[in-house]
Amino acid sequence: MRVTLKIWRQASRGGSGKFVSYPVDNVNPDMSMLECLDVLNEQLIERGEEPVAFEHDCREGICGSCGFMINGVAHGPLPATTVCQLTMRHFKDGETLTLEPWRARAFPLIKDLVVDRRSFDRIIASGGYISTSTGGACDGNDILVPKETADRAMDAAACIGCGACVAACPNASAALFTGAKITHLGVLPQGKPEQDRRAIAMVAQMNAEGFGGCTNIGECTGVCPKEIPLEVIAAMNRDYLRGSWRARDNVVTPIRPFTEWSTGSKLKNDPTGG
Amino acid sequence: MELNANIPSGPIEQKWDKARFEMKLVNPANKRRHTLIVVGSGLAGASAAATLGELGYHVKCFCFQDSPRRAHSIAAQGGINAAKNYQNDGDSVYRLFYDTVKGGDFRAREANVYRLAQISVHIIDQCVAQGVPFAREYGGTLTNRSFGGAQVSRTFYARGQTGQQLLLGAYQALERQVNAGTVEMFPRTEMLDLIVIDGKARGIVTRNLVTGEINTHLGDAVILGTGGYGNVFFLSTNAKGSNVTACWRAHKRGALFANPCFTQIHPTCIPVSGEYQSKLTLMSESLRNDGRIWVPLQKGDKRSPDQIPEAERDYYLERRYPSFGNLVPRDVASRNAKYVCDEGRGVGETGLGVYLDFGDAIRRLGRKTIEERYGNLFDMYQRITDEDPYKVPMRIYPAIHYTMGGLWVDYQLMSTIPGLFVIGEANFSDHGANRLGASALMQGLSDGYFIVPYTVGNYLATNKLGKIDADDPEIRNSVACVQQTIQKLLSINGKRTVDSFHRQLGKIVWDYCGMSRTAQGLETAIGQIRELRDEYWQNVKVVGSADDLNQSLEKAGRVADFFELAELMCIDARERNESCGGHFREEYQTEDGEAQRDDENYSYVAAWGYRGYGNYPELFKEPLDFEYVHPSQRSYK
Ligand SMILES: Cc1cc2nc3c(=O)[nH]c(=O)nc-3n(C[C@H](O)[C@H](O)[C@H](O)COP(=O)(O)OP(=O)(O)OC[C@H]3O[C@@H](n4cnc5c(N)ncnc54)[C@H](O)[C@@H]3O)c2cc1C
Ligand code: SF4
Ligand code: FES
Repeated sequence: MRVTLKIWRQASRGGSGKFVSYPVDNVNPDMSMLECLDVLNEQLIERGEEPVAFEHDCREGICGSCGFMINGVAHGPLPATTVCQLTMRHFKDGETLTLEPWRARAFPLIKDLVVDRRSFDRIIASGGYISTSTGGACDGNDILVPKETADRAMDAAACIGCGACVAACPNASAALFTGAKITHLGVLPQGKPEQDRRAIAMVAQMNAEGFGGCTNIGECTGVCPKEIPLEVIAAMNRDYLRGSWRARDNVVTPIRPFTEWSTGSKLKNDPTGG
Repeated sequence: MELNANIPSGPIEQKWDKARFEMKLVNPANKRRHTLIVVGSGLAGASAAATLGELGYHVKCFCFQDSPRRAHSIAAQGGINAAKNYQNDGDSVYRLFYDTVKGGDFRAREANVYRLAQISVHIIDQCVAQGVPFAREYGGTLTNRSFGGAQVSRTFYARGQTGQQLLLGAYQALERQVNAGTVEMFPRTEMLDLIVIDGKARGIVTRNLVTGEINTHLGDAVILGTGGYGNVFFLSTNAKGSNVTACWRAHKRGALFANPCFTQIHPTCIPVSGEYQSKLTLMSESLRNDGRIWVPLQKGDKRSPDQIPEAERDYYLERRYPSFGNLVPRDVASRNAKYVCDEGRGVGETGLGVYLDFGDAIRRLGRKTIEERYGNLFDMYQRITDEDPYKVPMRIYPAIHYTMGGLWVDYQLMSTIPGLFVIGEANFSDHGANRLGASALMQGLSDGYFIVPYTVGNYLATNKLGKIDADDPEIRNSVACVQQTIQKLLSINGKRTVDSFHRQLGKIVWDYCGMSRTAQGLETAIGQIRELRDEYWQNVKVVGSADDLNQSLEKAGRVADFFELAELMCIDARERNESCGGHFREEYQTEDGEAQRDDENYSYVAAWGYRGYGNYPELFKEPLDFEYVHPSQRSYK
């Protein structure tokens, strides 16, 4: 089959971007969307043009690296499927597919279809964990976790951190992502002691990053490759409210969001190791 | 050089205790003055960085993905072993130790394996405390399954996403330390060289993958947890970015590379469907618990599987190995699939596939049970192949999956360069010539959470590490090497893409250094690899610049290292005149076609030293002694 890929090309954050159309022949219906981009890129390189930059690693729908909009839908038309697992047989011969990066203030563009999602890491760093250090754990079976609870935790923990929920949301809210982690840890007995502060800190960080507020539109869960349910947002709101009430005196200072790739010059040849 | 594994004396159960007691400790107040460099944020790297941060060291952690949470460990499906004996089915630390040494076909170090089995139980406790949602029984206790042919149920799992959940646990612990200020995280940063000063590892050279900036990071020890090198085959079940570069560049700086030819081919992957194919997808081995593997009895039988009557099917594993049947170890299952396909009895369009049939299981247990056990795997299979495995048998074929070889390390997990530690799949340590299922996650976390944090401390406490001069010629030299390689790759401007070379290289390695090998084939492969490598350096085309995100340039550097590694793998395979585990030399087999070890002559670790580009490497041997598990011919009949 044959498709036309209309792709957002932008050399760098500072520059301006535009759509460029590329016809791709010899598309095998069994290949994945990313393999189709591989084929295009091989042709571009042979012609001496820069290949399309896109993010990927596992190509099994689990690492959360890949993701872009296809015809305005995050990860494309197939439910519960990342672009690396989306095969071309789901498109029509001769179809034009418009590929665009995630667009959100908290995900600054790096190049072509690649964006910077470190804001997600900072949300986790602000409190998305159980504070336990290596060595002090009791026997695994000393903590009984009802099967239903473990299953609920697992449902929420399945989030791969891809960012599709943000890209799909008209407000660019990260509520589904943040709610998923708050739910995963909050329902487990091990996570209870920090339930309040976790919610408060993570919500504060989410706001500091410039993600929009959630207005219950529900686009996020519709595109989520792991089908994280909307109820995690309700759990987040509940934990946040209860936490704010119970821990009124806790002051949370969010981590400073930085959006430049600034690992550089100050560390150059620094004998102290920076 | 004498290879000294530094194995503590005394009975095997007491070695690790003894070693820990003998270790010198770093004064807590001094810890934050030590900068430690951890390359990799997979299970091994993330767990090490988090734990070292908790101990108070200043840690810098690096990965090439955009976030540490995306390391290849995330893709592991099946589970993680631990000798908890929760099922009361006769498991013990000793049994896990025994199974691992035997499964590795007697080419692993007993003392390391025993320690791994001991630590396994703590890993589960640690992960539960972190909130890893392992599968549970209704009563709330942890549940287990039997995995990869083990005869006890010692595998812990979180649906089909065990690696993901364990990695997220380690990643969260890591981010907690980032927040605490003990760990600095450098995503999208690739290590391209090691800095060795006065014979000790003191830093790394990196490229910022967004800005292209080349930087140096200095410290008191370097810990590599950079994963395996399965992608030398181009098509593998590894993530696309997995590579050997960090280890290879350390090898070039003096770290010995051990048993490079010990690679593992996994029997249950989705077969290749076309030239465009970019990677292979693993189907969890747990499928072999209920699925039956067969091919048609007749060569070239093109009938659809439902048209082939029972009497005309060959359930070849059940036939050849009546006691283990479909649950024989990976190497045995893979090799047998190759044999039946070589005989012309393979299925599917390419003839490179065998059936994994759930028909009987569905009739016996009902579709619902099968759905519960394997639903997500069946969905994945259907998504990729567009075939419904509840109705049509799956087609599977072996694919490269894991590499047992890696940088040589002693009992302290230190390489032959003092101060350079290697953990996880990147080292060669615990799996001998074949790894058992669900034991890589165990090893990565054992190394990262529980071993290297101690041994690095001991190294720091017992070595005087001087201040480094920022202008040290070794630093300038390493930086210059990196810059030259990048400039060279960009300037060739030939006609072929990096991928086209990589694909061709992978095919050579797969054909001659894959599931079965011969001295002559390996000779041919070495010639072809050299030729292709020469062409690479004259004819590769890398567009774009060195100063921004340039994914072709990243790949080009990695493939250059794969070329050199590929040759070493073939040299190692040719040198080892025996068959063991995943290394099957056709010349050395028993009458009924099983691997024939030669313990008299080859009971050693082959550790190779680099002697310059294109020169024959130097072989060092670490003899292996088996005091506890006596080498026997593995038999799964
Ligand atoms: C599909 C699949 C399923 C598996 N299932 C199981 C299972 O069920 N049970 C089991 O026990 N094992 C399983 N394995 C094996 C297991 O997943 C791996 O062996 C293990 O996760 C490796 O962990 P690691 O930490 O050593 O390396 P990795 O997870 O590969 O991490 C490597 C890290 O190093 C970084 N890195 C690499 N090079 C550089 C560089 N030059 N500069 C900077 N950073 C670098 C990467 O960014 C990454 O963070 C499976 C493997 C595969 C492929
Ligand atoms: S909630 Fe879903 S869409 Fe959002 S990051 Fe997680 S997996 Fe991706
Ligand atoms: S590449 Fe990993 S989820 Fe798509």
